[in-house]
Amino acid sequence: MISVSDIKVVFGKGTPLQKQALNGVSLTIEEGQFVTVIGSNGAGKSTLLGVLAGDVIATEGQVKIGTTDVTRQGTAARAGRVARVFQDPLTGSCGALSIEENLALAARRGERRGLASALGPQRRALFRERIAELNLGLENRMRDRMDLLSGGQRQAVSLVMATLAGSDVLLLDEHTAALDPGMAEFIMTLTQKIVSERKLTTLMVTHSMRQALDYGHRTVMLHGGEIVLDVAGDSRKTLQVEDLIAMFRKMRGQTLDDDALLIG
Amino acid sequence: MSLIAFWGAVELGLVYAFVAIGVYLAFRVLDFPDLTVDGSFPLGAAVAAVLIIAGVNPWIAAAVAMVAGAIAGLVTAMLNVRFRILNLLASILTMIALFSVNLRVMGKPNVALINADTMISPFFGHGLRDFYVRPLFVGILVIVAVVVVWRFLESDAGLSMRATGANARMARAQGVDTNRQIYLGIALSNALVALGGALFAQTNGFADVTSGVGTIVVGLAAVIIGETLFGARGILIALIGCVLGSILYRIAIQLALSSDVLGLQASDLNFVTALLVTVALVLPRLRRGGAA
Ligand SMILES: Nc1ncnc2c1ncn2[C@@H]1O[C@H](COP(=O)(O)OP(=O)(O)OP(=O)(O)O)[C@@H](O)[C@H]1O
Ligand SMILES: [Mg+2]
Repeated sequence: MISVSDIKVVFGKGTPLQKQALNGVSLTIEEGQFVTVIGSNGAGKSTLLGVLAGDVIATEGQVKIGTTDVTRQGTAARAGRVARVFQDPLTGSCGALSIEENLALAARRGERRGLASALGPQRRALFRERIAELNLGLENRMRDRMDLLSGGQRQAVSLVMATLAGSDVLLLDEHTAALDPGMAEFIMTLTQKIVSERKLTTLMVTHSMRQALDYGHRTVMLHGGEIVLDVAGDSRKTLQVEDLIAMFRKMRGQTLDDDALLIG
Repeated sequence: MSLIAFWGAVELGLVYAFVAIGVYLAFRVLDFPDLTVDGSFPLGAAVAAVLIIAGVNPWIAAAVAMVAGAIAGLVTAMLNVRFRILNLLASILTMIALFSVNLRVMGKPNVALINADTMISPFFGHGLRDFYVRPLFVGILVIVAVVVVWRFLESDAGLSMRATGANARMARAQGVDTNRQIYLGIALSNALVALGGALFAQTNGFADVTSGVGTIVVGLAAVIIGETLFGARGILIALIGCVLGSILYRIAIQLALSSDVLGLQASDLNFVTALLVTVALVLPRLRRGGAA
């Protein structure tokens, strides 16, 4: 379970560029729930995921993963609880290391790392098996450098990496945004498979309204650092893509109105 | 080039192989341009020389020299990590400070080690001529260092250090404390460089405060020559490249200085080194440009 209560995040406090990215967000996500997160550019989606991952330390509020208060913990300290796949395929893996070295690194996420060889025969076999499941033929390229792979291949490997070690939450920030439509669909199917097989508590940010409604159990819309929509169950089943787009329009209209007021 | 001059060059190359491996750790593995080595090399030489003269076992003296080097590295890492000073500048500050420290350690600019018992002296006089014994002895130590560093970099702990240099954000997301990796890596790097200094003092019979000038460039030259010759093919090859690069560099310098045609003097060494490194840096780029 994850619970975020009354989170406020202010960037550049006290400078002319001060920006309130999250303005009192509260969210409780049950064990095994798959939540899709939508919202316009700058709505605060990545910031929310950053608060959960530890990249962003909240200015106010509390973050709990399971029963542990992680509000003040840095990224590395809570990595054992948090698995993630980034939007940019280059961010989530090490281009200079081989595929199997990246996997070895991820297999010990959040654990102590000793002086034993990172790639024994047993681990090699396990990694090969997990990569073979992708059906991308990458199992024959385990010693290739990661930066020789295409963006889609890297994201697929990143997803495997995210599930090698246990975690309490999986964070996906527009992880298909950089991919062609075919590859994006492949990665989404893979995501769905992994999340349901392992019953992972998941937050997925997406700009695709289709994805937001088709996948997961619950959809949250952020706007201006606040949650403006939170639907699950039957009310979500009846929701259409058009409804979400209409909501987007309305939200944008509001900001325009606000701006007009300010200028006027 | 005479036989003695040749083996002298090999020996010096092997001593500086420790510097090359240290520079490889800092520059290539951690992506941390660390100039501390110009100070930690003579620091290692000074500490070892002073202790040996004081009657300390030379192996222990070398171990203490490594610890001193590691501490110098920790200072640089702290300036960078804790006080957020740019890495290059942090290392320059430590390097400058070390010149004073080294003078304090030795009490004078130059300490002679002639007639003192060194790590190598037990191996002299067993039939092999001295100018073979020295490179053989240092070479064995280099092999040990290469194997240790290689196994480390391919361990779980070593992977987190490599990830820190290659993609710090990813490393943190995997639970790696990247700051700690910088402390560890720069300390290890400078410990190796200081060991090189300790061996330099013992093979050459003296420690000199000025012997550190340009160490970084020599180390980089070795790393780059190794990379040019072997390309990027894994850790072990890269480390062997550092060692061979260091030896080849010394032989090239020796050839350049001993050739009458060029008419170079020992004082031209720095110029030749800078030229060599520049060529080694530019060559791969020219080749790539030609292929494109
Ligand atoms: N490190 C930072 N420093 C200053 N401002 C920031 C920082 N990170 C984000 N912001 C600001 O906070 C707001 C929310 O950003 P965030 O990245 O969370 O948006 P988002 O919903 O992920 O948008 P997008 O859909 O474009 O990815 C934006 O106005 C952004 O400019
Ligand atoms: Mg974002």
